[in-house]
Order: sequence, then structure tokens, then C-alpha cells
Amino acid sequence: MMSTMDSVPEAAARKKRARPNQSIVFGGLLLLFFFAMAILAGVLSPHDPYAQSLMRRLRPPVWDGGTWTYPLGTDAFGRDYLSRLLYGTRISLAVGLGGAALAGLLGATLGIMAGFFGGWVDRIASFVISTRLALPSLLVALAVLQVAGSGLSVVIIVLALTHWDRFAVVMRTSVRQTARMDFVTRARAMGSSDLRIVAQEVMPNVMGQFVVIFTFEVAQCILAAAVLSFLGLGIQAPEPSWGLMMSEGRARMTTNPGLISMAGVTLMVLVLAVNLVGDGLRDLLVPKGPQ
Amino acid sequence: MLRFLAGKLIEAVLVCITVSIITFALIHWTGDLAVSIGGMDASKEQVEQLRRLYGLDRSAVAQYADWAGRALRGDFGTSFFSKEDVFPLILSRLPVTVALAFLSLGLGLLIAVPLGVVAATRPGSCIDRVALSLAVLGQAMPSYWTALLLILLFGVQLQVLPISGTDSWQSFVLPTIALGWFVMPVLMRLARAGMIDVLAADYVRTARAKGLPRRVVLFKHALRNAIMPVVAVAAVQLGFLLGGSIVVESVFALNGVGLLAWNAIQRSDFPVVQAIVLIVAFLFVVLNLLADLINALLDPRIRVA
Repeated sequence: MMSTMDSVPEAAARKKRARPNQSIVFGGLLLLFFFAMAILAGVLSPHDPYAQSLMRRLRPPVWDGGTWTYPLGTDAFGRDYLSRLLYGTRISLAVGLGGAALAGLLGATLGIMAGFFGGWVDRIASFVISTRLALPSLLVALAVLQVAGSGLSVVIIVLALTHWDRFAVVMRTSVRQTARMDFVTRARAMGSSDLRIVAQEVMPNVMGQFVVIFTFEVAQCILAAAVLSFLGLGIQAPEPSWGLMMSEGRARMTTNPGLISMAGVTLMVLVLAVNLVGDGLRDLLVPKGPQ
Repeated sequence: MLRFLAGKLIEAVLVCITVSIITFALIHWTGDLAVSIGGMDASKEQVEQLRRLYGLDRSAVAQYADWAGRALRGDFGTSFFSKEDVFPLILSRLPVTVALAFLSLGLGLLIAVPLGVVAATRPGSCIDRVALSLAVLGQAMPSYWTALLLILLFGVQLQVLPISGTDSWQSFVLPTIALGWFVMPVLMRLARAGMIDVLAADYVRTARAKGLPRRVVLFKHALRNAIMPVVAVAAVQLGFLLGGSIVVESVFALNGVGLLAWNAIQRSDFPVVQAIVLIVAFLFVVLNLLADLINALLDPRIRVA
């Protein structure tokens, strides 16, 4: 009994070292597959994802009595499901990467300034972060999209404005720790400018943290964008957004459950892949505490 | 101590004021309210009429001062859509959402804590892998999709539970599962990480060295300390749950604040939207203030830092 508890920390540490490679490789391969889907959507798609036809509405997928002409069947407008799924990958990756990149730019700038300068800059930054956290993000996002109208770029901006907080919080803490290090003091003593110190001494040391948060926020943005689309205020019809496809399939989900389940599973696997890469990167790049 | 609390209180008040300005500005300046209210078919004259009717032709500062002043007295105006007073309307829907939030938080904790703790005692074991897989899976499923799958399974295939409405306690079962599944991963990761940290701590080693039985060490020494951060986060998650409740309540047509918010957004019923944003933000600030207060009472080190 005692021996199992004794070995807990070591076993955990060993696990920590063994797992990241696994999850990065597995998640990374999945992710590569999705990137290939997005890039090659034009080549791989058997049909035009926008082409409607009343003659071929709601065809079943090939394993359910359908034909190879429409491998995953067609939706209620007679559009080829597989083609829409493939083109939808582009939208999901665009909102995920775009939203997280813009959020990272905003959050990291604020966090780095707060951590590096401290004092009143830090006080203002933490006030801005508190305010952002107090605002219910989905509610605000929906309200803004309703008034401002939606579309790919508006969705990306709204996602960025509601997802920058974790970048700011984490960067602030790690920049503050780094800024106290000897090599930063030395650089300052040598007369380096603030900008130079941040770019050459601080940034390389907090880059790992940034990459890890970025990965997780990509997943969060993909999920949030799907929710916005599902509620009808994200990417607009007739674009082949997965969230929108599930929203359109909802009315017929009892007779054609494939309409919501195939897009749902695809979305889930993509988010899973991104999160796995994030988990692996965290174990690899983020140094553990003082122990 | 008093200084620390005063500082926190001032910050909380400032956050509330800023949130109210942002809420007001977002809705007033990202588009033309009168056009949104009038809809696509409204003529220019009708839009102008609406603008005067709702006082939208006044200066922004005057409109904000008017709105904020009334809000302080609990008067959030009347709904554009139903002409009801907004504040009583929200209060009447609040019990449903609060019940849903507590039920799903309870369900989430009920799954997350035992699973996380057991997983932490045997890292890398079969059960640890199952627990982590559940967390990874839970974090990858959009909340509305979980809800739709539950409807397909329990409402359509098995036909055992109502899939829509707020008629009886049974109406809460599927929404609770959907929302509980949504919060479970965060809580479980925290419980697991907290337990792993605590098990490696010196006082646990001391307890073991004293020859205390494993069960006593686990439950009396380790669990109590590992669970603290989970409870703290669970409190803050209540605010986060409201975001989830918009989706879940609208999928299950559960008549709470989330559904009210969603309907209000669809109808451009901005007094209701503004009031809900403000009230949720206020609740979040109060919950955080309480958490700070409790932490400061428990841990004197925080007061000086």
C-alpha cells in the first residue's frame, strides 16, 4: 500500500515525460489531416458545396443505402454533405487561428507591458482584465453580432475581443518573473532600451507559454465560433460552416441524425486534435514550478 | 486588512461602472438601434419616429446617465417586445437558471471530484487514462451538440424524458446533464492536479511516516486541501455557467434567464439584453469579491501581497 503512494510523484513525473510525445504526435497527425482537408478542399470535393438541387434532397450516406456519388449524402437543400464538410474545415481553421492570433496580439501586448513595467501600467492592465472577465462573453458576442451584423471578419474580431484574457493573465505573470532575472538586470545595466530588452531577453523566455495558450485558445475559438453559427449569428448561410450545418440539420435530426452527427464528430475531432497538441506542448515547453 | 478590502471594493465598483459603460456603448455604437428595432421593412420616417420615441435622438452621455441612474434604482426600463418591466421579468426567470446552474455544478462535481482524486492516486493507470480521456472529450464537444445528442438518445430513441419546456422536474434532467458535462472537465483536471500536488507535499509524507493508514492520509490530510481550489473555481464557474445556459436553455426551451437573453437578442430587445449583461457582470464581481474576502480571512499572506 505504502509503496504505491511513495511512487506517486516519480510515476507522475515519468508519465509527464512519456505522454507529451504521444499526444503531440497523435494530435499533430490529426491536425495535419485537417490542414490537408482545408487546402485540398477544392480538389477533394466531389461537388460544388453551394450547388442546390431539389431533385437530390436528403440522400442517405453510402453506408445507409446511398451511392458513392454523394458519399455522405446530401442536406435538405440537396447540397453534397462531404463537399460542405471539406470546405467547412477552411472556415473552422480560419476562425480558430484568426481569432486566437488576434486575441494573442491583444492579450500578450497588455500582459507583457503590465509584467514588464509594473506600477500603474500593471494596475491599469489588471483593471482591464477584471472588467473583461466580468463581462459575460457569449452574451456580449451575440448582442454585438446582432447589432453589427455578422460575417467571417466580424466573427474573428468578436472572438478575439472575448478570448484575449488568458494571454494577458499568463504573460503578465511570466514576464514579471523573467524581468527580475539577472540577465535582464545585466542587459539594463549595459544600457539596453526597454524595447530591446523585451524583444531580446524577455520574449524568448515567455514564448513557450504563449505557444501553449495560443493552441488552447485556437480550440476555444473554434468551439465558440461553432456556437455562434449554431445560434444563427456567426458565419451566415449559405457558407458551409459546421455550426451552421448542425443548426440547419436540427429540424430534421430525428429522421436524419447524420446531418448533425457527422459535422459534430468532425468538429469534435478537430478540437480534440488541437487540445492534444496543446497538452503535449504544455508538458514540453512550460517549466514546472519550483519543485 | 481594512486597506486591502477597501482597495478590492473600490476596484469592484470601478469594474461595475466600466462594464455598464461598455454594455451601453457596445449596443449603441456598433449599429443603429432605431434601425434594429424597426426591422428591415421600416421606412425612414418610421425609424425617425422610433428614434424619438425611445429617446435615441439625445446625446450619448444624456442617454447613458439616464439609463445608469435608473438602473441603480433597480429600474431597467421596459422591454421593447413585451412592454413588461425588465427587472421583475428577469427576476421571475432567475430561479430556473439558478436551479439549473447549481444542479449541473453539483453533477459536475459529483463526477469530477471522485474521478479526479482516484486518478491522482494512480497516475498513468487505467482509471487515470479513462478520466483524462473523459476530460479531453468533454472539452471538445460544443455544448449545443451534447444537448442535441441527449435529445436524440433520451427524447427520441428511448422517449423517457421531456426534451423541451419547463413543466416539471423532469424537464431539468437533460439540461443538467448537458451543462454538467460542460463544466466537468475543468473541475476534474483541477481535482486531479490538486491531489497530485498535495500527495507530494511534506505533511502528507509526515502523515505516512507516522504510519497512519492510507485511507486516513488520503481523506483526512490530502483530500481536504486538494479540494479547496476546486471549490473556489466552482464558485467562479457559476458565472461561466450562465454562458452555457444560453445555449442549453435555448436548445431545451427551458424558460430561464439564458432563454430570455437569447430571445431578447433575436428580437433586438435591448433594455433586456443590457440589464442581463449588467446583472450577470454584477453577480460575477460580487462572487469574486466574496472569494477574495474568504481567501484573505483564511490566508493572512494574501492581505499584504
